[in-house]
Amino acid sequence: MDHLDELENQSIFILREAYKNFKNLAMLWSIGKDSTVLVWLARKAFFGHCPVPLVHIDTSFKIPAMIKYRDEFAKKWGLNLVVGGNQKALDEGMNHEKGRLVCCEALKTMGLQAIMEERGYTGLMLGIRRDEEGTRAKERYFSPRDKNFEWNFKDQPPELWDQFKTSFSPETHIRIHPILHWTELNVWEYIHREKIPIIDLYFANAEGKRYRSLGCEPCTVPIDSKARNVEEVIAELKDTTSAERSGRAQDQENTYAMQKLRARGYM
Amino acid sequence: MSDNGKVEPLSSRLMKMVIVGHVDHGKSTLVGRLMSDTDSLPTGKLDFVKDICTRQGKEFEFAFLLDALEEEQDQGITIDTSQIFFNTKKRRYVIIDAPGHKEFLKNMVTGAANAESALLLIDAYEGVQEQSRRHGYILKLLGLTQVAVVINKMDLVDYDPEVYYKIKSEYTEFLESLGVQAQEYIPVSAKLGINIAKTGDEMSWYKGPSVLQMLDQFEEEKTPVHLPFRFPVQDVYKFDERRIIAGRVESGTVKVGDELIFSPSNKSGVIKTIEAWSVENQPETAEASQSIGFTLTEQIFAERGDVAALKTELPIISTTFDVNVFWMGKRHLEKGRSYTLKLTTQEVTCEVVGFKKVVDASTLETLEDQDYLAKNDVAEVTLRTTRPVAFDLFGSIPTTGRFVLVDEYDVCGGGIITTYTPSKTDRLRDEIRHRDFHWLKSDIKPEERAYRNGHQSALILIVGPSGTGKAKLARHLEHKLFELNYQSYLLDGRNVALGVSADIESQHKKQEGEVVRRFGEVAKLFLDAGHVVISTSNVFNQEDHSDLRLLVEPCPVVEIFVTDDEEPEGNFEIKLSQAETEKEIEAANTVYKYLKDKKILTGHNYSI
Ligand SMILES: Nc1nc2c(ncn2[C@@H]2O[C@H](COP(=O)(O)OP(=O)(O)O)[C@@H](O)[C@H]2O)c(=O)[nH]1
Ligand SMILES: [Mg+2]
Repeated sequence: MDHLDELENQSIFILREAYKNFKNLAMLWSIGKDSTVLVWLARKAFFGHCPVPLVHIDTSFKIPAMIKYRDEFAKKWGLNLVVGGNQKALDEGMNHEKGRLVCCEALKTMGLQAIMEERGYTGLMLGIRRDEEGTRAKERYFSPRDKNFEWNFKDQPPELWDQFKTSFSPETHIRIHPILHWTELNVWEYIHREKIPIIDLYFANAEGKRYRSLGCEPCTVPIDSKARNVEEVIAELKDTTSAERSGRAQDQENTYAMQKLRARGYM
Repeated sequence: MSDNGKVEPLSSRLMKMVIVGHVDHGKSTLVGRLMSDTDSLPTGKLDFVKDICTRQGKEFEFAFLLDALEEEQDQGITIDTSQIFFNTKKRRYVIIDAPGHKEFLKNMVTGAANAESALLLIDAYEGVQEQSRRHGYILKLLGLTQVAVVINKMDLVDYDPEVYYKIKSEYTEFLESLGVQAQEYIPVSAKLGINIAKTGDEMSWYKGPSVLQMLDQFEEEKTPVHLPFRFPVQDVYKFDERRIIAGRVESGTVKVGDELIFSPSNKSGVIKTIEAWSVENQPETAEASQSIGFTLTEQIFAERGDVAALKTELPIISTTFDVNVFWMGKRHLEKGRSYTLKLTTQEVTCEVVGFKKVVDASTLETLEDQDYLAKNDVAEVTLRTTRPVAFDLFGSIPTTGRFVLVDEYDVCGGGIITTYTPSKTDRLRDEIRHRDFHWLKSDIKPEERAYRNGHQSALILIVGPSGTGKAKLARHLEHKLFELNYQSYLLDGRNVALGVSADIESQHKKQEGEVVRRFGEVAKLFLDAGHVVISTSNVFNQEDHSDLRLLVEPCPVVEIFVTDDEEPEGNFEIKLSQAETEKEIEAANTVYKYLKDKKILTGHNYSI
């Protein structure tokens, strides 16, 4: 077994634990490379099927190509797509100029909260990874959120020998992170091996720009790159020393920005 | 791809290493230093953190590279375990920085349980402290014995070899008492970067490896492919026409065509296919640590928690075993309370039946006469589960010999199964298991008999004190079923004793186990023939009844308890008062209704 097999096997184990233990389970699909790999892994875990609904939180500021890609693959792969958002905030004119963190929280966190309440999901699977940034490095595979959606990072459950926190009090929910142990490079190596179709915003365009991390159009900056396909992205990543999320404005907003966002239920 | 000076790691395997030790002994600093000295930090990260420090008027700490939470930086401690990635020339690493504060032991355990090697830090100036010992003990309990000790802050003791040797001998003695041997004791200054990635002149008296060199000497854990095959069922899927039994191979290997025995149910099945999606070739074999799914040639009822194994190397099945546990719960672990035991994919209620030894993990001192286990301590205890579980001793197959304990909603303890002494019931269960493997099945299937007879086979036991009308009820019930064209038979214990058990000498009479076994085996034959077997007995006790249930498994047993007790104890299906029993016609009707409700009596589907 090589290291990708090892990662894949662990993720499949977690996906199956989640599926067995949560009656009302959903998966967040941001259309980015990580959650698309997660969808792929689900189809591996469940032998060609994806038995959980995929929730996409649409902020209305997403790059249009993302929506096109989403609808195309939802159809092609027979996915049960659920789109959520915060229309009220949008109607009231919410955008990043009101403050990036305020905007992220209103459109993403509250949008997610609303759809979870509406559908009664008690388990939510997300494609976050430990190597993305400091607070994610401290995450658990099964991570409880209280009824206000808050993450109590100071008192997390122990997690050993793949025995996860699957019992929880009513009104709380569990975030499940099946690819927490993967790195950015692993994700690309896996995309390459499995030939997973990935949105082409990740590849350099004619102007020599590509996105390394995808988000809302106003808050995501493409990087200079010559990498036009998966192999070239892998080669580029092996050489780079800059951080993956350096193009994501909300991370840079202030010192503990990500901690604060995530403590309040951000992805 | 290494033209810019970066060397491809030799092995793509990831080494998982944890750093443990007492609070403030320099764990986070060491990790930060390792990252920075091996150029593993993203561009600008070091400056970014330095900048925050200047702005906040704090001295720069390498630890801030990991202690990303605001509270962690304010208090200068690690609250939760972090995992970060870095490469050496030899291979890739994930380093798990564990918190050293006693309060956060569960986070340390989380970090350490996922590792295959460990660095244990000791502050040269402070020497061996409480958590230095507790962490050492817990590593041992987690089965993590690939350990190197790092003696840090040598700059604070003027790089004095005396200090180094003193700590080394003290800690060596401690580890020896646990049966653990550290691979090396490395004197370093994490803050100044001495003996971390490079060596300096300060400690020329030390000839051993630097921390970085030490890491590359650790051996990668081997996947346990050479051990007996174990496959705990995780789930059974029926998304399409395939019925797939899914799970992860915990140890050993398996191939298409192998016959599997599922424990504790003892069902068996042959692997027809190993399923996989989006692969070039359908797999024919599977090995330890693979998450797989397979179909069987025959549909059997297998469910989550069953452990599949090969017939020649079965797991232990029991309800009682001895374990070593460590406790992380706010409430004590104590007798008389129920906990959930999670072992592989099995979940079962359990309780502590005895504390053999309770140890203060920071001193290794035995806490005499203490019959509870407090947070952060360890103990040897005997556990008893409400249902039999399938397991192995940790010493033989680690992955199926360890478990966690859940108190209400929270995982509060972890442990390993150390010893197990088979009880009388365990021996009987083992015997039955072997009987079932060799049992020659008739060409007539049980379903065919049931169709013809209008009922499944079942064992009806009428129990309770003598003189309560049990015998009369039994006779009446046999007759009633017979009249309705059912195959009923009253199997009298006395008749079995007169013949089958006639050779049991009076001195052996005490050996009741054998009498029960023979009675059960005779009943088993009638049940195999498709009958409803009725029996009354005063000689068999509660334990005998559970043995009888075992002997006739998976056939349904209906125990009718005749008693005037309001809330009688025991395991029974129907309770009748003495007055009810004496009215045998009504009583037999109650039983008859029950058998219909439970679909034991299904009725004839054809007319004669
Ligand atoms: N003098 C000296 N101080 C050190 C050394 N290593 C760490 N420290 C200091 O010890 C304190 C605790 O370090 P930290 O890494 O947070 O300890 P941890 O609790 O084990 O993670 C910090 O103030 C560090 O600067 C060392 O080698 N020499
Ligand atoms: Mg620390």
